Amino acid sequence: MKTILLVDDDPDQLEQLKFHVERFGYQPVVASSQKEGELMLETMKPDLAIIDLMMENQDSGFILSYKIKQKYPDVPVIIVTSVTAVSGMKFSLETEDDKRWIKADKYIEKGIRPDQLHREINKLLKV
Amino acid sequence: MNILKVLVVDDEPGIRTGVTRVLRNFTVGFPFMDDDFSFETVETGSGEEAIEILDKEPIDIVLLDNKLPGIYGIEVLEYIRQQEYDTQVMMITSYASLDLAVKATNNGAYNFVPKPFTPQELKAAMESITKHLYLKRMTKKLNEQGKHVRFQFLSVLSHELKSPINAIEGYLKIMQDKQAGDAIDDYQVMVSRSLERIKGMRGLIMDLLDLTRIESGKKKRNIAPVDITETARMAMHSMEPLAIQKSVKIHFISDEPHYINSDPAEIEIIFNNLLSNAVKYNVENGEVFLSITDNPMEVVIDVKDTGIGISEEEIGNLFKEFARIRNSKTKDITGSGLGLSIVKKLIDLNHGSIAVSSKPEQGSHFRVTFPKH
Ligand SMILES: Nc1ncnc2c1ncn2[C@@H]1O[C@H](COP(=O)(O)OP(=O)(O)OP(=O)(O)O)[C@@H](O)[C@H]1O
Ligand SMILES: [Mg+2]
Repeated sequence: MKTILLVDDDPDQLEQLKFHVERFGYQPVVASSQKEGELMLETMKPDLAIIDLMMENQDSGFILSYKIKQKYPDVPVIIVTSVTAVSGMKFSLETEDDKRWIKADKYIEKGIRPDQLHREINKLLKV
Repeated sequence: MNILKVLVVDDEPGIRTGVTRVLRNFTVGFPFMDDDFSFETVETGSGEEAIEILDKEPIDIVLLDNKLPGIYGIEVLEYIRQQEYDTQVMMITSYASLDLAVKATNNGAYNFVPKPFTPQELKAAMESITKHLYLKRMTKKLNEQGKHVRFQFLSVLSHELKSPINAIEGYLKIMQDKQAGDAIDDYQVMVSRSLERIKGMRGLIMDLLDLTRIESGKKKRNIAPVDITETARMAMHSMEPLAIQKSVKIHFISDEPHYINSDPAEIEIIFNNLLSNAVKYNVENGEVFLSITDNPMEVVIDVKDTGIGISEEEIGNLFKEFARIRNSKTKDITGSGLGLSIVKKLIDLNHGSIAVSSKPEQGSHFRVTFPKH
């Protein structure tokens, strides 16, 4: 079974992600902070990671994503956030410039429908 | 394109030219910046000359070796701090000397690059120092315009309001589609989590009302002699249900009335927040001691608890808006992080002061002092 690392500092968001990922037939592994996520990575290599952007800091998700890519360049990373609506700052993976800094494969807004999330996961896992 | 001036201070010419070469075609960009940054280097082999250069022209970043022929790098760092130059310093050295590391950090060095370093390491270090520099200058600019505080408050606030809404919405959608089963019992946890999040939101709204009260109430405060002892007793009673729920005992120590001139509603908010914290962040069978005493000049309120305590580095942030300490012990305790910032505002308004001492695992002590006149 493929393992998906889920990182979110909101216990309920994390619970719901876990619930959905299990239903999709994957094995969820959870962490509730950037730090905890980093610790997990020392002992495991997930097949994919889904990370909340704003945790301890506004850019925790970016940093964790960056670290995952440093260690396991082949593990796809999805960043989940509602940051655009909140801060007015635009983050996307459209331009080459953004891709160089935000080392994630997909960027999705919170509140995405579970079936859409499922599709994105499958696409990145190539199943 | 923004150009940052980098002063490279190292007595090894090889390192100096190496840095210049690496930085020549290097740029740093972030999605939230309009422009990329590139670098222009100035080199010197001694600390004395570094100071001369710093006095002459504005330098954005200094890469500073410690072991120099004349004065040491650390002294250059000290000089930069004394002069309050708007310059970020990165020490080029090894981590080996802990002593130096501590001293340099205390003197405001941003980071260390271990020597010898690869071009990759230098670039990574430059990227982070550039981001830091940019954010620092940005913050300064916004602060000068008075915009920053408000912007930050609103953006954090909407984040704090959105999180519970997202959480509750997520649970409701799962229920709507009956994704966890057909029986209502399959959703028990989701329902109680949703109710918990609603409770948190209500608390946040109450805090916001208190805040607006402070901001608008500056004009229409109802100042009169207030018996602090009486207000404290009332607050204690309203905290009782929460205390019982958490098996925490509140002891009240004060025998006589203590008057100050204030608005009774303000004093009540202060007590409510301090007491609710002392109960919330307590342990099973913990205790809270509330005492009110006075001396010729002031009335002194002490709220002590035997709870989880606060570490030294976290004490500094306590009174900031939305500051919540996140660790395994506070994980399941709801709160908005506004309580103490409200308390601080109200105490300022009443010309009082507040002090905190705390030890993790042992408990906290909040002391509020109000002048009698
Ligand atoms: N007596 C205490 N013991 C241990 N930690 C405390 C205590 N009082 C406050 N804290 C810590 O300080 C943080 C800030 O407290 P504050 O009262 O401002 O916010 P809150 O309790 O999280 O939310 P609110 O009071 O707005 O509902 C808390 O999240 C908690 O981690
Ligand atoms: Mg509180």
